[in-house]
Amino acid sequence: MEDVRVLTGYISLTYQWVLSPTDARFFDELKNKRIMGTKCPKCGRVLVPARKFCPRCFVDTTEWVEVSDEGVIVTSTLIGEKLRFEGQPMEPPYGLAIIKLDGADVGFSHFIGGIDFSDPEKAIEKMKPGTRVKAVWNEKREGKITDIKYFKPLE
Amino acid sequence: MRRVAVIGVGQTKHGKRNDVNYPELVYEAVKKALEHADITIGDVDAIVTGSMPAPMEGTNDPQLWLTDALGGYLKPLMRVATCGSTGISLAHSAYYHVASGLFDVVMAVGMEKMYENDPQGTMTTVAEPFYQRIFTAGAPGIFAQQCNAYIHRYDIPKEKLREAAAEVSVRNHLDALKNPYAHIRVKITVEDVLNSPIVSYPVRLLDLCPISDGACAVIFASEDFVKKAKIDKVAWVKGLSYAGDEHNLGDKDLVNWVSAIKAARETYKMAGIENPIREIDVAEIYNPFTYQEILYYELFGFCKPGEGYKLVLEGVVTKDGEIACDPSGGVLCTNPIGATGLIRVAEAALQIMGEASNQVDGCETALAHAMGGVNQFNGLMILGR
Repeated sequence: MEDVRVLTGYISLTYQWVLSPTDARFFDELKNKRIMGTKCPKCGRVLVPARKFCPRCFVDTTEWVEVSDEGVIVTSTLIGEKLRFEGQPMEPPYGLAIIKLDGADVGFSHFIGGIDFSDPEKAIEKMKPGTRVKAVWNEKREGKITDIKYFKPLE
Repeated sequence: MRRVAVIGVGQTKHGKRNDVNYPELVYEAVKKALEHADITIGDVDAIVTGSMPAPMEGTNDPQLWLTDALGGYLKPLMRVATCGSTGISLAHSAYYHVASGLFDVVMAVGMEKMYENDPQGTMTTVAEPFYQRIFTAGAPGIFAQQCNAYIHRYDIPKEKLREAAAEVSVRNHLDALKNPYAHIRVKITVEDVLNSPIVSYPVRLLDLCPISDGACAVIFASEDFVKKAKIDKVAWVKGLSYAGDEHNLGDKDLVNWVSAIKAARETYKMAGIENPIREIDVAEIYNPFTYQEILYYELFGFCKPGEGYKLVLEGVVTKDGEIACDPSGGVLCTNPIGATGLIRVAEAALQIMGEASNQVDGCETALAHAMGGVNQFNGLMILGR
């Protein structure tokens, strides 16, 4: 081992991130197993998660739209054993994907689960782009993005 | 707008720099840039500096601590931060300062000391905390999704693309051996890349950049100063552009990536470039991931969508080919992130000056590029004679 002299320190700060009414409604609807988007009156896109304004048209969204809890994987990745960092939500290997939910016009990021990750090459095939997936909901839901446990491949 | 030139560049030796503290690392790059330009700190009118999110080094607003090492005493100084694209934003900001007519000599300095923290932990915090952070597994988790989208978008033979990506890694590693400042300096084979462990599928360990300690300084000057100080080694800024994208990863098309396409088109227009692959001699592309380098050939108009792998397999992007991509060894071999984009500019400038460690003969036009955020920002700069 290299003999390196270091000063060790730690920064830990707690935050209270304010939910806007749009955020709050999105999270509240998750408790009812409903995924909500908002529609842009100009480009007509349904944006999920719901938001107050369309980032491209720069106008307020005007309509709430429920989208399906089923959709298609746009892209995905399998987080391997090598990738570890402070604050990681779970032990690798695990799956991440962008999912185009039926009725939405943009992708929605979430975990992929319900498949065997022990053989990465096999797992990757089961979660490749184009795969249909469905949300698996937590029994106890508290109005957080993790009320959806993960999306499970349907094939 | 006034003409602006790069008149000097300085880099530290990049890697694990346990021999210096953060300010000393920065001082090393600044001193070298001043020596290279053959000017003194007194000639510098203003400084722009930047790095990754401050938790990376654990000192917020690090330009306060670094002011002394930047030579910032009694000078205008500002911090610019656009995540991975910070380095190109620094070059752009220095250019704006000089082109505006307000300053004659402006120094851009980017830095990072990544071995002092958990970089992937820090990078995960760039995503907003409500909807995306928990699904952000550091930089690899974000960009691997772009790579996978690319693999599946076009009717590309997957083995060919896989082979081309491995070749990109091999080429960058070979070129880095010629670069005395490069961090990773080992010869590798295609098999090494293909057999390296999966970090974040489809990205394997050797498809991926390292983390590095390092700093880079680039000095920009007005035409007036260049004439007055009789500076003969310069690289003129010919064009530049920058484009931002939405924050939500799923909002964007990561393959037909509009922010990269737009920034490139605008840069070419300003520089008067019509046929990039013919007119650009060296492209220092921001290539932390092998697949991304290939995708950028397409986004930057070097070839048609879906044909990037052919440029690799046909030898088009090597030093002896039509366009030399990352002859410095690229981000794949050196990545002190806040400095990384500025190193692209420094290496492009050295190619124009004829002083690069892996010099491309007769280089007249060079491209520098950086990308940052949750697949969010792209910036380019063209340098020429």
